[in-house]
Formats: sequence, C-alpha cells, structure tokens
Amino acid sequence: MLEPTIYELSSPGRVGVEFPAPDVPRAPLPEELERQDLPLPELSELDVVRHFTHISNLNYSIDFGFYPLGSCTMKYNPKVNEAAARLPGFAHTHPLQPIETVQGNLALMFELQEWLKEISGMAAVTLQPAAGAQGEYVGVLIMRAYHVSRGDRKRTKMLIPDSAHGTNPASSAMSGFEVVPVPTDNRGNVDLEALKSLCDDTIVGLMLTNPNTLGLFDENVLEVTRIVHEAGGLVYGDGANLNALLGIGRPGDMGFDILHFNLHKTFSTPHGGGGPGSGPVGVAAHLADFLPEPVVGIVEEGTEEIPPLYGFIRPIKSIGRIKSFHGHFGMAVRAYTYISMYGREGLRSIAEHAVLNANYLLARLRDHYPVPYDRICMHEFVLEGHLPGTEVHALDISKRLMDYNFHPPTNYFPLVVREALMIEPTETESKQTLDAFADAMIKIAEEAKTQPELLRSAPHNKPVSRLDEVKAAKELVLCCWLPEDVKA
Amino acid sequence: MNIPTNLKYTRGDEWIKVDGNIATIGITDYAQDQLSDIVYFEFKVDAGESVSKNAIIATLESVKAAADVSTPVSGEVTELNEALTEKFESFNSDPYGEAWILKIEMTDPSEVDELMDAAAYEKYIEEREG
Repeated sequence: MLEPTIYELSSPGRVGVEFPAPDVPRAPLPEELERQDLPLPELSELDVVRHFTHISNLNYSIDFGFYPLGSCTMKYNPKVNEAAARLPGFAHTHPLQPIETVQGNLALMFELQEWLKEISGMAAVTLQPAAGAQGEYVGVLIMRAYHVSRGDRKRTKMLIPDSAHGTNPASSAMSGFEVVPVPTDNRGNVDLEALKSLCDDTIVGLMLTNPNTLGLFDENVLEVTRIVHEAGGLVYGDGANLNALLGIGRPGDMGFDILHFNLHKTFSTPHGGGGPGSGPVGVAAHLADFLPEPVVGIVEEGTEEIPPLYGFIRPIKSIGRIKSFHGHFGMAVRAYTYISMYGREGLRSIAEHAVLNANYLLARLRDHYPVPYDRICMHEFVLEGHLPGTEVHALDISKRLMDYNFHPPTNYFPLVVREALMIEPTETESKQTLDAFADAMIKIAEEAKTQPELLRSAPHNKPVSRLDEVKAAKELVLCCWLPEDVKA
Repeated sequence: MNIPTNLKYTRGDEWIKVDGNIATIGITDYAQDQLSDIVYFEFKVDAGESVSKNAIIATLESVKAAADVSTPVSGEVTELNEALTEKFESFNSDPYGEAWILKIEMTDPSEVDELMDAAAYEKYIEEREG
C-alpha cells in the first residue's frame, strides 16, 4: 500500500487538538441521537498534515502538467480568479442578506449575465445551474414548458446525434422524453437526410454540440437548425465546446434556442476535483419567460448620480427554482474576473489559440495515428488508438502516456470512433509543451510496433501500476468498515 | 471472430436465433470484443411484456462504455435469462450460448428477413474495421 488510509493510521487515544474544559454547563445530545458505531480516526495534527501532503503529492493536476482531456477543456485556472473570489466582499457575504447590502455581488451577477448574452447571442441568462448536466436538464425542462404552454402536448421525442455527450440523452430521459439518435455523416456532420426523415410534429427538438465531440464544426449548422425549427422543434446547444467559438461565432446567430455554458471549462473556473462546476443557461427571446427563478435584474433604475438597485426577478412562466440560493456564486466571480482580464479582443484570441494548438497537434500526429474524420479541426480532435499491425488499444496508449508524465486524453469517447483518443490541448499550452506531447505520442506509436508489452503493462513509473478496472467495477467496496465490525 | 452461420445479425451487433415463432436474442462475439469486460447488465423489459421492433430490451456496461441492446423483432417476451444478472462474464466467455438474453414470441416473423446473414455480417464488420 502506497499510503495507508487515515483509518489505518489511527492510534487509539491519540489527539490532534485538545479542547479547553467547557466553561458552560454541558448539554449532551438526547440519548437516542447518540451512536457508538462511528470509528473516527485518532491522529495527531502532524500525522494528519503528513498524510494529506503525501496524498496530494500523488495527485495530477493542470498545475502539475499537460492535461489534454478532450471535451473537458482543462485549461489553466489563472490565480487572479482565486484572488478575486477571496475578496471579503464576495467571500464573506450570505445569500440571505438584504439585497441592499450585497449590491456589488448582484451587480457582478447581472453583468456576467449580460456578458454571457453578448458572447452567445442569447437574449436572457440564468446563472443558477450547478454544472453542465443540470444546465441541460434545465434547458430540456424549458423546451417541455414551451411546447406545453402552446398546448402542443404530442411532442415526446428528443433527437440527439450519435456523437453527443452522454449527458444529453440522460437529461432527455430524465425529463420523460424518448431519445432518438441521429447518425453522423462521413464528414462528421449531422446526417441531414436522416435528420429530415426524423423531423415531424412529435419532436421536442434537437440537442446539438457544435463544434461536436469529434472537434468538428458542423458545416450545415444553419440548415440543421432550420430543419428542426420547420418541424416546430427547438434546438438545444450543448456549450461544452464553446471555447472554440469565443468572440468568433455565436450560437444564438446559428439558430440555437437554448445554450448552456460550462464556466468550469470555457471560463477557467476549477474543473474536476477542484470544482464545483457552474452551468449557466442562455435562451432566445421567445424562451426568456421560462427561465428558472430567480434571475438578477434591475429592480429600480438608477440616475447619473445613483447606481441602479439590483434584485431578484421571477420570469413570468418560470419553470421554478432548480438550485438553492443563486447557483455557485464563487464561480461567477472567477468567470467574471477571467472575462474582465481578457476583454473583447482577448476572448477571441482564446478561441484562435485553442483551435491553432489543436490543429498543430493534429498535424504532428496525423502520420502516426489513424484520423477517422480528417479535416481542419476546432479546439479538439479524435484519433484512433488502434494502430494497424499492432494489438495495442487506446487504453494502453493512454496508460503509457502517464509514464511520460502526461495526463491521458479522453479515451473510448466519442463512441462513433473505434478506440477513440480525444485530444484537447486548450489555448494555454506553449509550443514546447505541445511538441513534448507530440514527441511522446510518436514514440509510443513506435513502441507499439517494437515493444507492445511495454504499452500493455503500462504505467511503469507511477505510484500504482495498471489498475484492475473490471474488479473495481464489479466488486464495489464503498465503505472502509462495516457496522457489524464495530463493537457496540 | 466467431460468427455462427445459423444465426441472423443486426447492425447494432445483436444476434437472433429463430426457432419457429420464437426468437432468441443476444450480443455478438464482435460486440463483446469491442466492449471488453462486461461489468454490469440489466433487463429493460419483463417477461410477458409486448415489445416492438427496435425497442431497448437490455442495457450493459463494460469498463469502456455503456450500450443498449435492442430487439430487431416485435412480439411478446416469453423468457428472460435471469442467470445473466448474476453472471455477466458469460457475455465475454460464451456470447452465443450461455449469454442469450431473452426469447420473444414474434408477431411478425417476416421482420427477420431484413436482418443480415453470417456472410453479410462479416462483411459489415470488415467495413467498420476499415
């Protein structure tokens, strides 16, 4: 064992912090609320510090190295975001404070809503959803509420391209809709003929990611949204890949009716273990009245001398409240800071460099790995981790990359590519880093031919070697102790 | 790749065995090979239920992906292979035998005519292998 669990380090009677004797009468819990079966670990302060420091050294993060996890946009999270989020006026406020005392916070939320509207071409925005998947769910509920408000109750089918993120069908199914897959054509676009044949008066709409998970901009996006609209459906935009479009193209102008943003992808708030996420949703004008409540608005216009009074507004046909309080406010502060630091021209340069970096890597790797949909990509691209004449798999390539100190790309997704390796470098990487990664990938392709066993048994220089994923998935042990193991 | 000649095949990599009006359905050797080790399996229909062509009858998960299993024929589910929910490693070890998923009494046996035979299925795999 690399590092024992904190329970294994426990030594009976050891204490980290001695509390002073109480100077008020004891008020014990009622007996029925007391329990004996919770063996909390007993350690000294130094034991605890060392344990967590050891564990943190085993971790991998964007601050440690390159993290090309496709569709996750693992870009660098600028430290200035953290400085802003820790300003006492933001960090020490409470969501139940009277609005007069938190006008700065509300102004920030209002302006962030305005900026997201401008960036996306949407008419109204809510900052509430906790992350992308909840944003999708909100979007789908809005689609349902819109159809129902028009007395149109026969729409039950949600069209979803076969390259979509798995959350799209999940959000639709959770909303009670039938998921109907739409095939991808041989250029990686939505298959228009198939789409036309599926569009009728029973469709709720289409959930589309553009650029899609193949990293390709749908060349027929205007035609796609037109076909869905003509059938009376709405078009939902999965904003996971918005990084490729910032300052260049606006989903609202492409015919999307709804779009979620991932602040933890596009707008550099922490992603993964560092979260929480944040998934604001923007809608076109005809859906603005359905947004979850509350949205931040101006409740009293200001004058030249007096600023406006910001407050909470309930859209008149609101689908209701979907998150306690006002979403993940700390993430709104970080995203606001990020957008402020870049400004209008800077935002555009983010997209330009994200796309340039991805195309540079694709150009370097094209001759070494099969590329299923080979055309100019956007912010990411997909290779096949299946090398002709070898027996290695995408998983082996991914594990071997760890030996070269790179986080593996997303593998086995999207499902439309066999042995997929989905690579998204983001705009924050230098040419030196991209070259080092490409060199490693090329070397691994060579190793796959000459020493395939090296890949199949990788990683070799990491704290743990190849994990038994089947055992991990089948034999779930989610608790390090069982109640019956503990003496009452 | 094992592709028995007495079975019919779908583009979704299911196999179907026809015995009179009864169709037995499972996933192919190619499907289990692509998915790798199956770690989860669940029926999506009950015995006695009527299903229409293309309905999802089961879902399974491997360490790589989750996949739905659909029925290529309409009819009434007559029998589920309950043993599978305990022993889904048989998908990997014996996809055409022990890992049959369910049986359907077909209402329209002509639906079988639209399916691929072993030779056509083999060609279909080759196309995808590029």
